[in-house]
Amino acid sequence: MSTPHRRPFRFHIIVFLAPATIVYTLFMIWPLADTLRLSFFDADSAGVRSFVGTENYETLFGDERWSSQFWNAFVNNFIFFAIHMAVQNPIGIMLAALLSMPALRLRNTYRTMLFMPTLLSVVIVGFIWQLILSPIWGVSSSILDAIGLGSWFAPWLGLESSALVTLSLISVWQYVGIPMLLIYAALLAIPDELIDAAHVDGTSGWNIFWKIKLPLILPTIGVISILTFVGNFNAFDLIYAVKGALAGPNFSTDILGTFLYRTFFGQQLQLGDRYMGATVATMMFLIILTGVCLYLFVIQRRMQRYEL
Amino acid sequence: MLKQSIQRGLLVAGASAIALGLSAGTASAQDVTLTIESWRNDDLGIWRDTIIPAFEAQHPNINIEFAPTAPTEYNAALNARLEGGTAGDLITCRPFDAALALYDLGHLAQLNDLEGLNSFSDVAKSAWQTDDGSATFCMPMASVIHGFIYNADAFNELGIEAPETEEEFFAILDVIAEDGGYIPLVMGTADQWESATMGYQNIGPNYWAGEDGRLGLIAGDHAMTDSQFVEPFATLARWSDYLAPGYEAQSYPDSQNLFTLGRGAIYPSGSWEISLFNSQADFEMGAFRPPVQNAGDTCYINDHTDIALGMNAATEHPDEARVFLEWVGSPEFAELYSNSLPGFFSLSNHAISLEDPLAQEFISWREQCEETIRSGHQILSRGTPNLWNEMWGVSANVINGTMTPEEAATQLQDGLASWYEPQQ
Repeated sequence: MSTPHRRPFRFHIIVFLAPATIVYTLFMIWPLADTLRLSFFDADSAGVRSFVGTENYETLFGDERWSSQFWNAFVNNFIFFAIHMAVQNPIGIMLAALLSMPALRLRNTYRTMLFMPTLLSVVIVGFIWQLILSPIWGVSSSILDAIGLGSWFAPWLGLESSALVTLSLISVWQYVGIPMLLIYAALLAIPDELIDAAHVDGTSGWNIFWKIKLPLILPTIGVISILTFVGNFNAFDLIYAVKGALAGPNFSTDILGTFLYRTFFGQQLQLGDRYMGATVATMMFLIILTGVCLYLFVIQRRMQRYEL
Repeated sequence: MLKQSIQRGLLVAGASAIALGLSAGTASAQDVTLTIESWRNDDLGIWRDTIIPAFEAQHPNINIEFAPTAPTEYNAALNARLEGGTAGDLITCRPFDAALALYDLGHLAQLNDLEGLNSFSDVAKSAWQTDDGSATFCMPMASVIHGFIYNADAFNELGIEAPETEEEFFAILDVIAEDGGYIPLVMGTADQWESATMGYQNIGPNYWAGEDGRLGLIAGDHAMTDSQFVEPFATLARWSDYLAPGYEAQSYPDSQNLFTLGRGAIYPSGSWEISLFNSQADFEMGAFRPPVQNAGDTCYINDHTDIALGMNAATEHPDEARVFLEWVGSPEFAELYSNSLPGFFSLSNHAISLEDPLAQEFISWREQCEETIRSGHQILSRGTPNLWNEMWGVSANVINGTMTPEEAATQLQDGLASWYEPQQ
């Protein structure tokens, strides 16, 4: 018997890893690192760049004008996130539970229809809802009229009190398909024997959902929550498509994404400031990082998992 | 999910950029293509069908491509493209500080030696010069005049006439509102800039005596909280009773459509709407200038130096770009531009004849009234917070009733004083 060969170096591992590593480094890691670096610089009117330490952060939090805008955007963003958590995810779970009922017919049709808005461009979604809710051309006021609730109609997208909630609900409408599909897949993965055994033991359908299915899909709900969190604190497109970079009325729909855009790229006569923009972007990164870490180290560790 | 869609978008964009690059490479070597950056996407057809063919007929080796961006995105998009080195050869210049900043950063070339500049007055050129007037960096193209456009058929039907004074203005608004057939004033606050541009800057010069008020602010002699700057806000607040229900969510295109569909009576705006309205409205239109306080008062109009053309300092074809800019300063261009875009009045000294009656009405005010430009544009929008941006917000808030005229003026003054020395 010969001694075992040393295995030849497995070059294919590098070959297979390379594309993702290169693309990810080039388009994600490097820009992120450069943004962090940029936030410590500033430029004078001739465009000469100099290192200023934490001055940009001091401006962002110390200057009342900057800080009030930042905290306004932060609070709005949190409301935006809270509405998604309170509306989108429960509805998603409910739809998934309904879809997984064995007695349901035309299941694939419903699934496709419910998922359809997620596939639409956010510009189209914004445009459609602007038209539906428009006080001039929209159908919502005539529908409300038809059922005798005409006086309830208001130009929701134009009022400071309701614009943010309305936009959040539009976003919920668009993305509800994602939690629905993830939960649906998790529900399908629960073995039938488990449910059958519960039936044999005389458990009601209601109890089966709350006591058996829900604990089993909790990890998926956790994943959805963190996806929603990251998605919402990165959100920008819907607000920009509907309200523009000034996120009116009176900045009531301003979230961190639109605040970043305004700062970085400028707005009308205001020129963009890429150094303050990088500062805002870094803060967004830190906020998201904090949220994800909280989830990973506090919530996920305590979550109970069951071997199926 | 969001990330994925962005990644997908990038992929598509990348692929199409490669395709574009390939097709550009096949163009013939001698022919030069110049791209014009502009925010006037409404004018795409006029540039393509009228202006560019007229130039290309004389200069067969220069191709011009007009590539506009939406007005609200123009500055941001242009700055990003200039930084990234992908901007067009010719840059449509916003007046004053926006263009000046681009010049200071070295993005716009100096154009002092262009012959065509001699046919413009100093006032016309001032919007595109350094503060000391030593360098000019854009060839002035046109100004726009603020005012009110009205549905003349509706006015005839209701037996009312264009108002002279503010009292008459609100009197006819009451008549229209009482009749109920038309929306008295067609304007929305959703996009914010209309409230400042078509509202505050439209009626304001009559209160702050045009240049006196504007230059006074720059010199620090007047403050935004002085009564002549607060009163126009108070008048603006009264407008809300005459706007369409739900005006808070009414966008600029909504307003344009409402008026051209004949559902409104008066459209506060400016001469830049004329060509679009001519093509869309099938009723007679008239125009009246911002009403004065008392009959016989001197009237002031906002004749805003709005648009000019400069050269990207990084262009690969500076000679050809200069040829085009010289042509922009010629009488031929002045005539062609003013008539194909009625409402954009050439700033040059060339004698031109205007054919459009509505445009004639607007330009006739230059004889009757004192002229000024928008108060927020020169110097005062250099810092943060930006006075012009803030004017958008507070004007909309005042009309929406979420801010009093005094609060609005105080916010503007505080913002200005926070960085502008003469106001401190």
